[in-house]
Amino acid sequence: MSHTAVVDSKTAWAGDNNSPFGAGYGKLMMWFFLMSDALSFTGFLAAYGFYRHSYGDIWPSAENVFTHFPFMHGHHPLLYVALMTFILIMSSVTMVLAVEAGHRMDKKGVIKWMFWTIVGGLIFVGSQAWEWYHFIHGTELGAIELGIGTYTLPDGTVEHTQGIIARWADESKQALLLPWREVATDNTSAYLQLTGQAMQDAVAGGHEVYGANLTHNEYGHPLFGDFFFFITGFHGTHVFSGVVLNFIIFVNVIMGTYQKRGHYEMVEKVGLYWHFVDLVWVFVFTFFYLV
Amino acid sequence: MEHSDQPYKYAVHHSEEEGKKTRRMIWNMFWVLLVITTVEVTLGMFWKEWGVSWHFVKMTFIVMTIAKAYFIVAYYMHLKHERGSLQNTIIVPFVLLALYLMYHVFTEGTFDTFIRHYPF
Repeated sequence: MSHTAVVDSKTAWAGDNNSPFGAGYGKLMMWFFLMSDALSFTGFLAAYGFYRHSYGDIWPSAENVFTHFPFMHGHHPLLYVALMTFILIMSSVTMVLAVEAGHRMDKKGVIKWMFWTIVGGLIFVGSQAWEWYHFIHGTELGAIELGIGTYTLPDGTVEHTQGIIARWADESKQALLLPWREVATDNTSAYLQLTGQAMQDAVAGGHEVYGANLTHNEYGHPLFGDFFFFITGFHGTHVFSGVVLNFIIFVNVIMGTYQKRGHYEMVEKVGLYWHFVDLVWVFVFTFFYLV
Repeated sequence: MEHSDQPYKYAVHHSEEEGKKTRRMIWNMFWVLLVITTVEVTLGMFWKEWGVSWHFVKMTFIVMTIAKAYFIVAYYMHLKHERGSLQNTIIVPFVLLALYLMYHVFTEGTFDTFIRHYPF
């Protein structure tokens, strides 16, 4: 802790003189980067919250959208997302175990745990791709996006139908369901049922939608799709870059770069990034899928 | 950092003994995170059968999320054992941002009328 150490151009940015934060330069910069990145995600989720509540009556409930599970038929609301969350938490555990092994200069331990972290990350990215596929593809029934017109709600108010998504009551396609009650109130929607002539008019005036893209969404408001693609896409990009960074450091560990250097701080830095990716998912899971 | 002749002093090392303790902490935290996530998913599946209000469920989710975030940042990202100056640099901006967002929710939106119509 020499205070008389000479600070020259080499050491000033290397962090091996006195840091007011007691942390190395690289680690500090990783923290600051993560902070700004977290602000971006906060912005996305806040925007999502505002729009979700602006369109509460026609906003789809995530548990009615993400119901698929690989190799299983039927309705499994949010089960796969829960599994993805578990996989990401698990890879965070293996990452922190790699960091711990690094503190003991245990090269074999670092290799083992980083390997499993990378595997977990790849499974997660694959799962996201799979979920995107099902969301884009949609259901076999599809839905009707209504054209210009009006309908009267049970409480007497008159709503314009344009752009409203009406879903089929069942596979016989004999009745259409129009949403009308604020989903946010109790997370259940009440529907106005259209049958007979009213239903045929609605079908004739509107058009069929299957799945979701940036302008149409068979599950409800198109903004739900936009936010889904944008937020999970941005997060997925982070996971992918995390896997790439982890892989680079993994190769370095195998080549003995950090053993020679005398410390595994680089593993700690990518570890911070990886935990951050997990942290963001904790928030996405709650605010996009659960509430 | 390799350019200097001085050994790099911010690298963390610990003994096998301390490592054992750290590993126990890591697995304890894993169980905490797993239990919280399981409770969240179970609550999401059965809250209608249990007869609790959606509002209560929502608030529980948010509290649990913040708890998980705390455990990840404090223990896995090791912020709890960093210097106070570093802790504050990271935490204070987010506390301010959270207060700012809450201010908007309570004053600009419809949350106040909403909560009067649908109390917990």
